[in-house]
Amino acid sequence: MSPTPNTEYRGNIHQRQKELMLKWYERLDESAGSGRPLPVSLMISGNCVELLEAFEAVPLYPEVNALQLAIRHQSLEPILAAEELGYAADNCAYVKADIGCYLKGITPTGGRLPVPGLVLCNFVGCNTYIKWFEHTAALTGAPLFMLDVPFLRTDEPSPADVDYVVRQLHELVAILERLSGRKFDYERFQRAVECSRQVEELWSAIKNLARRSPSPFDAYFDAITLMGPLYVYRGTPEGVEFFEIALRELKEKAEQGLGVYEQERFRLVFEGPPPYPYFRTFRDMFAQWKACAVASTYSTVGGLWEFGARHDPAKPFESVALHMLAQNVTNRNYLQRYDQIARYVDEWDADGVIIHFVKSCRLFSAGQGDMREYLTRTIGVPTLYIESDLEDPRYFAEAQTKNRIDAFFEALEHAKLTGRTRPAAQEGPRPDARLRVLP
Amino acid sequence: MERTFDRCEAVLADLDLGEVRRWKQEHPGARAIAYFPVYAPVEIIHAAGFLPVGLAGAGDRLDIQHADARFGSFICSIVKTTMELGMTGHLEPLDGLLFSSICDSARNLAFVMKRNFPQMYVDFLHLPQNPGSPASVDFLAQEYARLARELEQMGGAPVTSESLQAAIRLYNQNRALVRRLYALRSASPHRVTAREAYLLVRAGYFLPVEEHNAILEQALAALPKRKGKLRDSLRIVIEGAFCEQPPLDLIRLVEDAGCYVVDDDFVLGRNWFLDDVATDSEPLLALAGAYAEQSRYSSVRHDFRHPRWEALADKVRHTRADAVIFLIAKFCEPAYFDYVLYKKKLEEMGIPHLLLEFEEKMFTFERMRMEVETFVESLVFD
Repeated sequence: MSPTPNTEYRGNIHQRQKELMLKWYERLDESAGSGRPLPVSLMISGNCVELLEAFEAVPLYPEVNALQLAIRHQSLEPILAAEELGYAADNCAYVKADIGCYLKGITPTGGRLPVPGLVLCNFVGCNTYIKWFEHTAALTGAPLFMLDVPFLRTDEPSPADVDYVVRQLHELVAILERLSGRKFDYERFQRAVECSRQVEELWSAIKNLARRSPSPFDAYFDAITLMGPLYVYRGTPEGVEFFEIALRELKEKAEQGLGVYEQERFRLVFEGPPPYPYFRTFRDMFAQWKACAVASTYSTVGGLWEFGARHDPAKPFESVALHMLAQNVTNRNYLQRYDQIARYVDEWDADGVIIHFVKSCRLFSAGQGDMREYLTRTIGVPTLYIESDLEDPRYFAEAQTKNRIDAFFEALEHAKLTGRTRPAAQEGPRPDARLRVLP
Repeated sequence: MERTFDRCEAVLADLDLGEVRRWKQEHPGARAIAYFPVYAPVEIIHAAGFLPVGLAGAGDRLDIQHADARFGSFICSIVKTTMELGMTGHLEPLDGLLFSSICDSARNLAFVMKRNFPQMYVDFLHLPQNPGSPASVDFLAQEYARLARELEQMGGAPVTSESLQAAIRLYNQNRALVRRLYALRSASPHRVTAREAYLLVRAGYFLPVEEHNAILEQALAALPKRKGKLRDSLRIVIEGAFCEQPPLDLIRLVEDAGCYVVDDDFVLGRNWFLDDVATDSEPLLALAGAYAEQSRYSSVRHDFRHPRWEALADKVRHTRADAVIFLIAKFCEPAYFDYVLYKKKLEEMGIPHLLLEFEEKMFTFERMRMEVETFVESLVFD
C-alpha cells in the first residue's frame, strides 16, 4: 500500500476559515467579559440565527465547541467530569463534553466562553437537544426558550406547522427585545435572511461541483471545514464573502480537472457524523484507497439546500420557519433520509455508501441496519456499516475499523475487475410514496 | 381478586393479542390502532369506533432474531422487540401504529415500521414540547384533527363533538379509577402490591375501556377489605420506567427486598392527566389544552415552567417516600439524562436513591436483588 497522500484541500479557503472561526471565538470571549454582544446558545440544525443577527446577538453553538474539542483530542477530560456528575456512559457525548467544559472551565481555544444570556433550544428533530438545553439552563441559571418545531411527519409541513413556528418566533422576538434592550429591526432581519439566501446559493453550487469526476473536494471530510463558517456566519456578509472565495477556488480547481486525488478510484456517500477524535486517522483510511466522498448526509444537518431550498427575504418569518421544519436532515423523517442517500447515489454517481453508526447519536443511528437493508437490497448499492462515536475517543477501534474498510474496498475493486458493478436490486418494500418529498 | 390478577397477567402475556382478536371478531369492520408509549389521545381512536391498544414491546417472552440487525447496538430493548413482534407476525391483528415525539430511537422506529409493514397505517404525532406557548394548544388541536381525519379515512365513524365527549368521559373515569388505585396503594400498601396494581393497570392496554373500568371498579371495591399486615418496609418511589416496562419479577423483587412502592411511572399513559379533561368545551381543544396544562411530568414531556426534578421532589413529599429507586431501561437516553438533575435535587433534599438498569428480557435478578437489599438495609439500620 502506498503512503497516505496529503488529501486535505489547503488554499485561501482554509486560511479564511481559520480567521473567521477565531474571530467568532474572540466575539464570544468579548461577550464573556462584558455581556455584549448578547450570547445566545442554539443548535446548528434548523436554527433561526437570522433573527439573532437582527439583534446583533452572537450565536453560541455548543456543538461546534464539542467538535472542536474532539478534533483537538481534548474531549475525554470533560466527558469524564460530566460522568462524575451522573451522566451515563450511553448519554450523548457531545452533551457530556459541553457540560464537562462548563464544569471545568475548558474551552477549545483557551479563550473564555460566555454563560448564555438566553438558552434558545431550537427543538429540531433531536430530542437530546431538549435535555441538553434544559440542563444548560438549570446548571447556569440562564433563561430558557424552548422553540418547539414539529417533526416532519408528512410530505410537507402543514400550514398549521408553519403557523405554530412563526407564532413562537414572534414570542422569541419579544424575549430578545427584552434581553438585548434593543427594538426589533425588521430590515436588519431581512438583510440577514438575504445573506443566508446568498450563502445557500453559493454552498449549493460548491456541493454540485462534487458531481464532477474527479471531485475537486471531499464532500464529507473537506465539507466539514466549510461547515464552520456556514453555520456561524450564515446570515452575515462575511459568510457571503467566504463562500464566494470558496466557490471561486473550487471551481477553478474543477475546471482544471484537479481532484482530491490525481486518480479518483472510488466515489462514496457518507451517512452519519464522523469520529472527530480520530478524524485524520479515519480520513486516511479512505485516502489510502483514493476514495472520495461526493456527498454526505452529515453536511446537511444545518440545511438541505443542494436540492433547491432557500431562505426568502420577502417572507422572512415564514422562510425561517420552513427552514426549521423541512430543510435540514434532522427534522426530516427517517425515510426521507433514505431518499436523500438514494438520490446522492444516483445523481452524484457513487460506488458505495459508508454508514457510520454513532453510539452517541440515536437520531442518526437508530435504525441504520434497516437503512442498510434498503440501500443494499432495494437500491442495489454496496454499503459498509461501521461503529464508533463522534466525541468519545474510547469507542474507536482503529484496527478493526481499518480492517472493515479495507475489506470493503477489496470487494469493490474485485467487483470492478470482474465487471460486476452493482449487485442487482431485489424487490422489496419501498418507502411509502406519501413520505417522499424530494422531487 | 386472585382470579382477576391471573386474568390480567394472562392478557399481557399473550403476544398474539388474543383480546384484540376477540374484540375485532365482536366488531366486524372495526380497526385496532396501537400506540407506542407514553401518551396517545386514545379518546380520538375510541370516538372513531376503533380499539386503542397499548404496544410496549414483548417483555421477556420473545427472542430477538431479526430486529438486532435492523437497529444495531446501543438501542433500547423495547424498540427492538416491537420491531421483532412485527417481523414475526405478532402484530397481525393491528391495523395501525401511532408514535409520538418521545425519543430519537422511537421516532426512527416509526418510519422503519412504516417501510417494513406497508399494509399498516403508521402515523407520528408531534406532541408539543413548549406548552408555555399559547400557540401550542391550537397546534395540537390541529394535529389531533389530522389524526381524526386519518381514522375516518380508514373507515372509522365520524369523529364528532358528541362521540369525543363520550370518549373523554369514559377515559376520565378510567384515569380517575387508576388514580384511586394509586392513592389506595400509597395509603395502604399492604392491601395491594405494586405488582398487583401494575397488572390491573397494564391490562387496560389491551382491553376496551368499558371493560377495563369494570375491572378497576371491582378491584377498588374489593381491595380495601383485604386483610394484610403492615410490614416495616421502606416507602419508595420508582422513577424512570415510563416507556420500556420492567419484568414483573423485577417489580416483585423490589417489594420482596423490603420496599413498599408508593408511586411509580409504569404504564404512565394510563394515568397521564392530573385532573379530568374538560367535557364542556370543544373536545379537541379540551384534549390539547389538557396536554399543555394538566399532564403529569415525564422524562419525555418538557415544561420548564415546572421542571421535572421539582415535580419528583413534590411527589416524594406528597407520598411521604423514604427513598427513590431509579429503574432505567438500558440505553434509555431521556431517563439517563433526567437522572442527573433528579439526583442533584434528591441530594439537596437528603432523600436516598438507588440507580438500577433493566432490560425487558432479564433472566437473572440475583445481582439486582443484592443491590436493593443492601440499599434497604443501609437505610433501615442507619
